Amino acid sequence: MIVIENLKKNIGETEILHDITFTVKDGEILGFLGPNGAGKSTTMKILTGFWTPTAGKVTINGLDVQADALQIKQKIGYLPETVPLYDDMRVYEYLRWIAEVRGIEPNNIITRIKTTAEACGLQKVIKKSIEELSKGFRQRVGLAQAIIHEPEILILDEPTTGLDPNQIVEIRNLIKHIGRDKTVIFSTHILSEVQATCDRVIIINNGNIVGQGTAQELTQQAGSREIIYVKIKGPREQVFTMLKNFPDIEDIIEKDRETDDIFGYEIKPVLGIDVREQLSKTVMRNNWSILEFNRKLMQMEDVFRELTK
Amino acid sequence: MDKKYFNKIYILAKKELMGYFNSPIAYVFLAVFLIAGNWLFFNIFFIQAQATMRNYFVLLPWIFLFLIPAVTMRLWAEEKRSGTIEFLLTLPVTDWQVVLGKFIGGLFFLITALILTLSIPLTISSLGSLDSGPVIGSYLGAIFMGTAYLSLGLFISSLTKNQIIAFIGAIAASFIFFFIGNDFVVTTAPQILAPFLKALSLGTHFENIARGVIDTKDIVYYLSFIWLFLWLNKSVIESRGWK
Repeated sequence: MIVIENLKKNIGETEILHDITFTVKDGEILGFLGPNGAGKSTTMKILTGFWTPTAGKVTINGLDVQADALQIKQKIGYLPETVPLYDDMRVYEYLRWIAEVRGIEPNNIITRIKTTAEACGLQKVIKKSIEELSKGFRQRVGLAQAIIHEPEILILDEPTTGLDPNQIVEIRNLIKHIGRDKTVIFSTHILSEVQATCDRVIIINNGNIVGQGTAQELTQQAGSREIIYVKIKGPREQVFTMLKNFPDIEDIIEKDRETDDIFGYEIKPVLGIDVREQLSKTVMRNNWSILEFNRKLMQMEDVFRELTK
Repeated sequence: MDKKYFNKIYILAKKELMGYFNSPIAYVFLAVFLIAGNWLFFNIFFIQAQATMRNYFVLLPWIFLFLIPAVTMRLWAEEKRSGTIEFLLTLPVTDWQVVLGKFIGGLFFLITALILTLSIPLTISSLGSLDSGPVIGSYLGAIFMGTAYLSLGLFISSLTKNQIIAFIGAIAASFIFFFIGNDFVVTTAPQILAPFLKALSLGTHFENIARGVIDTKDIVYYLSFIWLFLWLNKSVIESRGWK
């Protein structure tokens, strides 16, 4: 179990993490969600022992990340955000070197490289020099080095950033597959990823935890909330002013534009109030028209936007 | 500190050597080092026609001044620039092990370079009778001095992300430590400082050993110099998360 208590981190004068407390159960896949610059990478750098926290404590199975650094590092596989690799090595050389540093028995190294390369789909490029690899393969090599020693805990910092949609699905499946018997913490700002892969989600913003639970719980918390999408034909300024002054509407976002006088809006009404009838009547009264109208419950994406505003 | 501890250092050092020899850098450095050294030396050698390597070891500190910063410049700066440092320091190794691994990787390279210069004493002894005492002393001195440059250069590399800055910084720092013991500096500086300058200079101690006189004073000097900069290096690496 990973226990993070009152974690604080300042870099210079700036506070990156304010007060982060959470736990991760064994075998859980935890999604770490937040906008860029929220403190995801910082938290991960502290978890892996690369940075020391300004205040607070991180323990993994009762061992302190600072005091028992070596034992902890042995248990963790880490893929940093930028996937730094030694470009001048060949994939095979690199993995063998990692296996040696990780202290894998010399007799097992070759088998371990084989199984890892297979799990990460690296067989075709195993003899290539790392600098020749495409981004997708680099990511796989990064994952391979993180799992070669069969760690209990896998920490992946934005493992799917910069990949094409097919590669994203592949890497995601790989994480799911690897994560069956490991504790995985991975960060992302892609929301569908969290829904597709994680058991639990923590949303972080400006160095604070702003929400946590399963994807379902989080959407349910916000679930009684509804969002109305409406596409109105009418002079833009006037329509917008009308919506703005409309009673019982909390928030409006101009979502899209079809022509100069057709715009789509996302409207968040006050909790528990159905504004649809009133809204359509008002539009009619102004001689504008409603071209589309639909009501949806809040999705993960909306929860995220709401919490990290 | 058991066998495992040193084994890790050896594995880390091996990576640095792979880094040199997987790319053409190492071969270019070695070639330039050997050609420049041999050419400059044999130019004078055949004019003087004396079976001695003294001139070579007058030259060597100056060649080292460029060779060794070139060897050390990438060791930390490149890890910092490419971000691999984050990954390196989250491996199950201590900061000391990483520093020593890099240092020993560089040392292997230095010793390889020195072994390749053995063609010079072999050539000379086939032409005349070479007094082996000063030659052995000078090689020993060269290893000590080179290692001192190495630890200084490695430390400077840990201060920056930029290899060029690491290179130039290391040349400048090495030059200062080498040159402060020079007669020119010592005679122009205030007299009170003279013994300090001589005692601090990498060059003075090298001359002592190169004469074939192995004094504990010189050995202690070099070992403390090397240790100091390795320790400073470790402190820089350790302080990564303090900012």
